[in-house]
Amino acid sequence: MSEITPDLVRHLAGLARIQVTDAEVAHFTEQLSVVLDSVASVKAAVQGDVPATSHPIPMANVFREDVLEPSLTQVEALSGAPDSADGRFRVHAILDEE
Amino acid sequence: MSNLVFKPAHELATLLASGQITSVELTQAYLDRIAKVNPAINAYLHVSADGALATAAEVDRRRAAGETLPALAGLPIAVKDNLTTVDAPTTAGSKILEGWVPQYDATVVAKLRAEMMPILGKTNLDEFAMGSSTENSAYGPTGNPWALDRIPGGSGGGSAAAVGAYLAPLAIGSDTGGSIRYPASMTGTVGIKPTYGAVSRYGLIALASSLDQIGPVSRNVLDSALLQDVIAGHDKHDSTSLPSGLGSMTEAAKRGDVKGLRIGVIKQLQGEGFQAGVQARFDEALEQLKAAGAEIVEVDCPSFAYAISAYYLILPAEASSNLAKFDSVRFGLRVTPEGNPTIERVMAATREAGFGPEVKRRIILGTYALSSGYYDAYYGSAQKVRTLIQRDFAKAFEAADVLVSPTAPTTAFKIGEKNDDPLAMYLNDIATIPANLAGIPGISLPIGTADEDGLPVGIQFLAPAKEDARLYHVGAALESILEAKWGSGIAKFAPVDTLAASEAN
Repeated sequence: MSEITPDLVRHLAGLARIQVTDAEVAHFTEQLSVVLDSVASVKAAVQGDVPATSHPIPMANVFREDVLEPSLTQVEALSGAPDSADGRFRVHAILDEE
Repeated sequence: MSNLVFKPAHELATLLASGQITSVELTQAYLDRIAKVNPAINAYLHVSADGALATAAEVDRRRAAGETLPALAGLPIAVKDNLTTVDAPTTAGSKILEGWVPQYDATVVAKLRAEMMPILGKTNLDEFAMGSSTENSAYGPTGNPWALDRIPGGSGGGSAAAVGAYLAPLAIGSDTGGSIRYPASMTGTVGIKPTYGAVSRYGLIALASSLDQIGPVSRNVLDSALLQDVIAGHDKHDSTSLPSGLGSMTEAAKRGDVKGLRIGVIKQLQGEGFQAGVQARFDEALEQLKAAGAEIVEVDCPSFAYAISAYYLILPAEASSNLAKFDSVRFGLRVTPEGNPTIERVMAATREAGFGPEVKRRIILGTYALSSGYYDAYYGSAQKVRTLIQRDFAKAFEAADVLVSPTAPTTAFKIGEKNDDPLAMYLNDIATIPANLAGIPGISLPIGTADEDGLPVGIQFLAPAKEDARLYHVGAALESILEAKWGSGIAKFAPVDTLAASEAN
């Protein structure tokens, strides 16, 4: 049985910064329980000592010469921002004043 | 309407190079057809008529002046809307990016521009490429050229439908769990997922970075080979791109021959769960390959039973991290809630309004899989399954040069049929997902239509990492065997009143 509850869905959505509605919580709880019961089969798939694979093709670190290259101007970097002021991204208060 | 649009890309390239047609004439023919049929099929989210015609005119001018131009100069192309383009909006099929015009081109787009290929527009996809039907697009579903009420596959349904409905001779797709190959199978077209790292991902809006790979979409194998040769290669902007090239795919496609080739049939990817008409065409294709001199063997890949489960832990985990960048600060949508809006509440309200249900499901699932206390059991186990799947492939490739399976268990289903049943939807990719987990290349090409519904069936070949050429080799060989038998391409079987029917009909 899956351990997905409405409170857990609300908590996870909070961590992921998604303000979900009650209807979504109910719907996702049901759907994610089904999905999680299914994918939980991976827990029984591996016996013994098997290394984890994070990346399909083995690779070494890649470095480049430390030389200047063209990059976005300040105006270009801000061009897609919902709000900006004085050459910076403008956002709402970081701290809650309550 | 000009019948130029029905010709294969390699023929059009020859006509352009020899000056028998102009790029403006060809590009305009595609734009005319797009204007006429795109409202019904919704393959394109954005059409770049002016930009495409400007590139075409430049090609014509330089060709007339006697300049030597790249091989595909003047040949139009469509681009999936999760690749950045400086001259067209890039939405990834999401409301959160509606209207966003990037400040840089994806490396693949830059390569298309360097090849002087007119970019016709941006094609529809499941939101952030999450889906296998294109129904998850925030801008409405795309129809299948063979039957507009059916799905074209996904996530790259727009690119496959554009090529299948003759709205472009070639297109760019991206494949994270089958998003190029599955739509190819659904629409009777050809699609290739190259080896992980063969094509730069720079400028591809990331879904799952260890699985994503850009590749070609076309109506025949040689056309995809020509396109892979244009877009492949190392890119210093993508640290996971392979340091060296994989040779000429065009040469491999022209050399197509299966004599003595060992083809391994994957035991786990046939029979039960596969539609009768799919299995019948698949079995016939194996007979044809055998008759042409291939050696058919069976290979056992027991860990494939866990591939979908591992995939639906790894993908959401990576996606939940990648999609954190949509934070209402630097680009895209911002929704300000009533009351006391802090940056955190604005972010949460924006993501609530901007993301569709499948994206939210996967972000929540990924957040769960990565959370403390569950990480080892879920994400950790999934990464170990990934190792087991790689070992299965390594063993199978000792017995066979290429592996084979149907690309998908069924033909195209009706739009709406599985849309709110995530688990049923996830099973569509059962045959395509293992290649992404292992990083190996795969091709899907059409092998006929299913008797019960008349819809296209695709076959998938897989090759070891960096052996993409083998796919073009075997794919081109099977394609020419089938076309000799049919007396034409797959479009012959399309009902005359559909968009998949060519003038050959």
